[in-house]
Amino acid sequence: MSGPGPYRLPAGGRIDRTRPLAFTLEGRQLGGYAGDTLASALLGNGLTLAGRSFKYHRPRGFIAAGVEEPNGLFTLGSGGRATPNVPGTVVELFDGLVAARQNGSPSVDFDVMAVNSLLAPVLGAGFYYKTFMGPRRGSWMFYEPFIRRAAGLGRALHIADPDRYETRHAYADVLVVGAGPAGLAAACAAGRGGARVVLVDQDSEAGGSQLGEAADGPEEAWRRERLAELAAMPGVELLLRTTAFGLYDGNTVGLIERRDAHQPDPARGEAREVLITLRAKAIVFATGAIERPLVFGDNDRPGVVLAGAAQTYLERYAVALGRQAVVATNNDRAWYSALSLAEKGVGVTVVEQRATVDSQLLARAESARVAVLLGSRPLYAIGARQVEAVVVEAAGKELRLGCDVLGSSAGWAPVVHLSSHTGIRPVYRADIDAFVPGGHAATHCSAGAANGSLSGWDAVTEGHEAGLRAARIAGHEPGTRTAVLPDSPARTYAFETARIPELPRRGKAFVDFQGDVTLKDVHGAHQEGYVSVEHLKRYTTLGMGTDQGKTSNVNAVGVMASLRHLSVPEAGTTTFRPPYTPITVGALAGRSVGHHFRPIRRSPLHDWHVANGATMIEAGPWLRAWWYAWAGSTIEKAYVEEMRHVRSAVGIADVSTLGKIDVQGPDAAEFLNRVYVNGFAKLPVGKARYGVMLNDDATVLDDGTTARFDDTRYFMTTTTAQAAEVMSHLEFLLQTAWPELDVAVTSLTDQWAGMSVAGPRSRQALELALPGHDFTDAALPHMGCRQIEVDGIPLRVLRLSFSGELAYELYAPADYGIALWTRLLGSAAPLGIRPYGLESLASLRIEKGHAAGLELDHRTTLDDLGLGKMASREKAFVGRELRLRPALQDPERWSLVGLECLESGKRLRGGSILFAAVEPQKGHGRGYITSVTWSVELQKYIALGLYDGGLKNVGQEVVCAFPLKGEQVRARVVSPVFLDAKGERLHV
Amino acid sequence: MLRIPCPHCGERDFTEFRYAGDASKVRPAHGTDDLQAWHDHVYLFDNPKGPHREYWQHVLGCRQWLVLERDTATNTVIGSRLARDRVRA
Amino acid sequence: MAERYSALALARHALTGAPWERAWRAAQPRPSYDVIVIGGGGHGLATAYYLAKNHGITNVAVIEKSYIGSGNVGRNTTLIRSNYQMPGNTELFEHSLKLWEGLSHELNYNVMVSQRGQIVLGHSPSQMDVLARKGNTMLLNGIDSELLDRGDLMKLLPYLDYSPNCRFPIYGGIIQRRAGTVRHDAVAWGYARGADQLGVDIIENCEVTGFVRDGDRVVGVETTRGRIHAERTAISVAGHSSTVAKLAGLRLPVEAHLLQAFVTEPIKPFVDHVISFGAELFYISQSDKGGLVFGGHIDGFNTYTQRGQLPKIQTVAECAVALIPSISRLRLLRHWAGLQDMTPDGSPFIGRTPLRNLYLNAGWCYQGFKATPATGWCLAHTIAHDDEHPYVRHLSLDRFERGKIYDEYGLGQWTYRQ
Repeated sequence: MSGPGPYRLPAGGRIDRTRPLAFTLEGRQLGGYAGDTLASALLGNGLTLAGRSFKYHRPRGFIAAGVEEPNGLFTLGSGGRATPNVPGTVVELFDGLVAARQNGSPSVDFDVMAVNSLLAPVLGAGFYYKTFMGPRRGSWMFYEPFIRRAAGLGRALHIADPDRYETRHAYADVLVVGAGPAGLAAACAAGRGGARVVLVDQDSEAGGSQLGEAADGPEEAWRRERLAELAAMPGVELLLRTTAFGLYDGNTVGLIERRDAHQPDPARGEAREVLITLRAKAIVFATGAIERPLVFGDNDRPGVVLAGAAQTYLERYAVALGRQAVVATNNDRAWYSALSLAEKGVGVTVVEQRATVDSQLLARAESARVAVLLGSRPLYAIGARQVEAVVVEAAGKELRLGCDVLGSSAGWAPVVHLSSHTGIRPVYRADIDAFVPGGHAATHCSAGAANGSLSGWDAVTEGHEAGLRAARIAGHEPGTRTAVLPDSPARTYAFETARIPELPRRGKAFVDFQGDVTLKDVHGAHQEGYVSVEHLKRYTTLGMGTDQGKTSNVNAVGVMASLRHLSVPEAGTTTFRPPYTPITVGALAGRSVGHHFRPIRRSPLHDWHVANGATMIEAGPWLRAWWYAWAGSTIEKAYVEEMRHVRSAVGIADVSTLGKIDVQGPDAAEFLNRVYVNGFAKLPVGKARYGVMLNDDATVLDDGTTARFDDTRYFMTTTTAQAAEVMSHLEFLLQTAWPELDVAVTSLTDQWAGMSVAGPRSRQALELALPGHDFTDAALPHMGCRQIEVDGIPLRVLRLSFSGELAYELYAPADYGIALWTRLLGSAAPLGIRPYGLESLASLRIEKGHAAGLELDHRTTLDDLGLGKMASREKAFVGRELRLRPALQDPERWSLVGLECLESGKRLRGGSILFAAVEPQKGHGRGYITSVTWSVELQKYIALGLYDGGLKNVGQEVVCAFPLKGEQVRARVVSPVFLDAKGERLHV
Repeated sequence: MLRIPCPHCGERDFTEFRYAGDASKVRPAHGTDDLQAWHDHVYLFDNPKGPHREYWQHVLGCRQWLVLERDTATNTVIGSRLARDRVRA
Repeated sequence: MAERYSALALARHALTGAPWERAWRAAQPRPSYDVIVIGGGGHGLATAYYLAKNHGITNVAVIEKSYIGSGNVGRNTTLIRSNYQMPGNTELFEHSLKLWEGLSHELNYNVMVSQRGQIVLGHSPSQMDVLARKGNTMLLNGIDSELLDRGDLMKLLPYLDYSPNCRFPIYGGIIQRRAGTVRHDAVAWGYARGADQLGVDIIENCEVTGFVRDGDRVVGVETTRGRIHAERTAISVAGHSSTVAKLAGLRLPVEAHLLQAFVTEPIKPFVDHVISFGAELFYISQSDKGGLVFGGHIDGFNTYTQRGQLPKIQTVAECAVALIPSISRLRLLRHWAGLQDMTPDGSPFIGRTPLRNLYLNAGWCYQGFKATPATGWCLAHTIAHDDEHPYVRHLSLDRFERGKIYDEYGLGQWTYRQ
């Protein structure tokens, strides 16, 4: 024990001295022990400068020993594993840990930005709202980069995270949050009662506040007994290093379990963190309390700490923060901290606001040689990089007390975050000057310090009772056993509300350390009218840091209340928003990253496509064959060749992604007749019909073909994009609107593989591949359908065409899809059959003028698509009435047209805006291009588009403007059916 | 996590369901040619802050449409039944 | 005359230690006003400001049930842009962006208009066509827009996922360089201060409990602080539009839905633009304080709870990592939710109502914040003239009866899926 503190005590604490660990801070090799945090190890090495403050770059030390730490933030690791802004107080030390302090320029030890402190009078809260506006409009763009560089805490790198994260779901009868005395008692009580219990704690050890008590006392014995008891109960799961970060609807709690104390090895499947979505029947909040600092001049000097933190560093980590301590307080609890320091050989003076204190405490202080100043308070600290003394006011006089550690405590604030996430606002309790849970949902309870119970063994008895109650809520009968109490005298928590701090005569009095928000800033916000708690926070940034104001919010509300001459509850509380402590974005994303971001749907023929030269493309959730290498080396070449092949010979395309719905029942015909705009009541068996469905608001929902295979059985196909939508729509109508219809609908999308065989030789292809079946025009005319059996496998054959050529759709049970596909390719090889992909499929239909893709964009109506004539006048159908609204019948609506490019060497582009040939190209135009293709039939670019007045303009010349590329192309409005208007190719 | 009691499948996460709005509105009978009735049905919502009857479909379960009664001010579930049953009742 | 904010004034206060005056007075309600604006959000305060500034109507009260800016103006993801393609919308949002560009000067309050550029990504050829239509329309209306191909993006935003492992590859995008972000709270405060200086009373902690009617005319409001008469009354209470309109006997084409927003811990500059993912609804930017601010889709069902659902938070985090894999290691600091009026076509309502002298501004879906200045401007005009401003004429409350569906994004009639 030589030199100034802090220093490691030769014995004691909960660290494992047999396991020394090495770590580096900014390249400097340092040592610690297993059981240390980064903070305790640094302090054990005598390093007190933990970082620089956000705005003024003031030297800062750790003030806390837990999650509430506002100052000591580090960047851990390097490369893709670099993690900024981690409080050193929650980092478990491990061998090889690499850490760096933050916000120093060039370094935390020598920071030139500390000059900002001199500018403090200008840089008060909200100063930036009053300046950086000139000289011109837009000048902010000049200032902003400087502000942005100065702001931000740590630095993040654009390197992908090498680690992996997991998510899992869990259920419990009783969730106990916090494994301190209350939580341990609750878990034991509920567990004994037979409940399935999950007990979580953010720390690496269970015990909560007890970990800050002597490691050899009776409390420790109690803690070990409880842990042994829990370990023996099979229904109890203890999750350490696990933060309950948020409470959500349905008694669901988000938990993050951290497994990264040592670097995980993703190659072995290890996860760095696990997100657990836990649904509990009952929840016990045993989340403890956080100590509030006193607000006085220069209360941010390194060495000024929370009184309880000084005790924790001493008892848990065997680190004395100094040789000479002052403990400034208004409550009994800090006296126990003072006694603890004194017992370990630190000189202590207690600066107590109260004029009288429990005589037993006074006696204990006296016997421990703790000096006591009653009725006194700190005014300002002295020292720059380390506190050297504190000036206090005692009995009306000012005294200078030399010290190298100054513990302060203005009382304890229950951790009410989680219980407030449900929307139940915490309420103020004047006797402890703190907010406690303002009530609970029927399945929730709080216990211990979280509930404002800070004295005696209330935590244990309350926890026990809460555990019993929670077990009962979960349906167990836990009996009425009484709580087991630790075998030591109960501690008092006498308290007097801390005096409202006054602006210090010297130095800055910090209310929010991380945000560099001073008492003066709070006064300033009040003067300017930012007086509601939310305005105060937003204007000054108080409580907006990574610590979320855990040490500042209550103090700030108290100051504002007093400035407004209101009581604390009148002044309001802050809103507690999840997460309780920051949570890794990667943990929330879990395994849904990279190509697992969203599930991929694959057709039954997927592997064939990949193996046979297809380039695949994402189409919604599906991967589809886009184009094939046989047809060309680029998509531009290939799709045209594929089109040419279909038009001149025969092609085969995978259409398995189409929605397929089995519609069955005596009323199936009536049902279809209601959902399609056109008539389906009289569709004969063995025939299929194209139909369009509308939404109630008359926009087009979907189109597709429905085939009738027997009296009561139909096979509906939908577009790929709308398959799920249509299915739900049909179920909705049957279950909510027309339950009297005896119809069942079943999705068969995944059960059937589908393929389109198209081209003038398609009939021959079928005849070669499926001999013995009659595919002549007489036997299977256009829009005919048939079920056949080939080698015992049922197939469905529909003669219908999307391309305008003679074509068939064949459906096979999904597992036989590949067999049918390869059989068609093999048997029809002499005809030159070739696969064609999505690009040519979509282009062939453009030539034929079928609306699809961007023409069906939820905005177009039946009439917009030129299909108005399909709407039956004989019957009602969904959307009929609202279709008749005047604006939807306006003949000037933009509706479907074809466009032919008039300029060779130029191309049409989707997204072009259409103008009449002679008008200025300004404004919104008269329409736009939805789909474009090179037409093999016409040997020019053609397009579909929506145009003002639609087909009334056939023959007119238009300009297709694409100013994004500086292009204008002339085109002519034509019918969207570019080929075979009479459909002769279909009827051969 | 909003938990929805499905009359067939039991209580499940809302992510298994799809929401489809106000179920207290009565859909005009098929073929009703009253434009105003359809307009009001499709476009107007009571949107109450309080108990609300609404359609949900258990898309990742039994695929049944339910009428869920839920307090929109708290998300407290009051009850549920199959839409089919409600219509028949 | 109120004191102007400037660097000089800051220095003067620093030297003298003189206190600043209140940014706006704590006004007490008077018995009657020419105009009452219900709702002290960005829209309501802007409306009051422009009533006074543009129309000389200064006998105005803004009535707010909580503190001003307590609704969506303080809960959004701070984006401003004018990349709209439908007639009416283009003009309205471009007018808004132009007002944003001068707003700090106009209000003498630095709202930190940061025109850092917004990029919308396309993940398929057809999505690129959709973006092209939008960008072309913007250019043809005098609004800036540029097409970016994949190569451009790899240079501009090298940290996006261009790897073969990416689920939805990036094909390209469009950028509006004049788009960006604004310090959202400051918008409420700046308009409040500006309106206050022109004589508007801003009355906080005053809840409207009913309307005073004279036949089919609204002549005032009942409040928790008594009855207040007004020649004209406007409702501008996003999230609670149905509730307040119901007090006047109106039923709206609106459902209240919840939209969550997220911010990470503050870090040094990491994302310099506003980026909109194209594969799903997700948008991200970095605040001047350093936090990455992002958001996604509404939770998807009608609610007033202002508490988000955990799976939706996961969805948004998944999008964040899919777009920018290096975000994975960063930590989420806060998430919160706001109530949105969702409408059947995704467009709002601004204008007169079936009741005389009652005006409505509601139904903003995702886009209310960016429209704040123009909405205030146009609603003020509408109130002053008892006739809709031309920029908002298409947003009438009765448009669905006429079949005037105004669906900018092609989302269909379902409020809950937009």
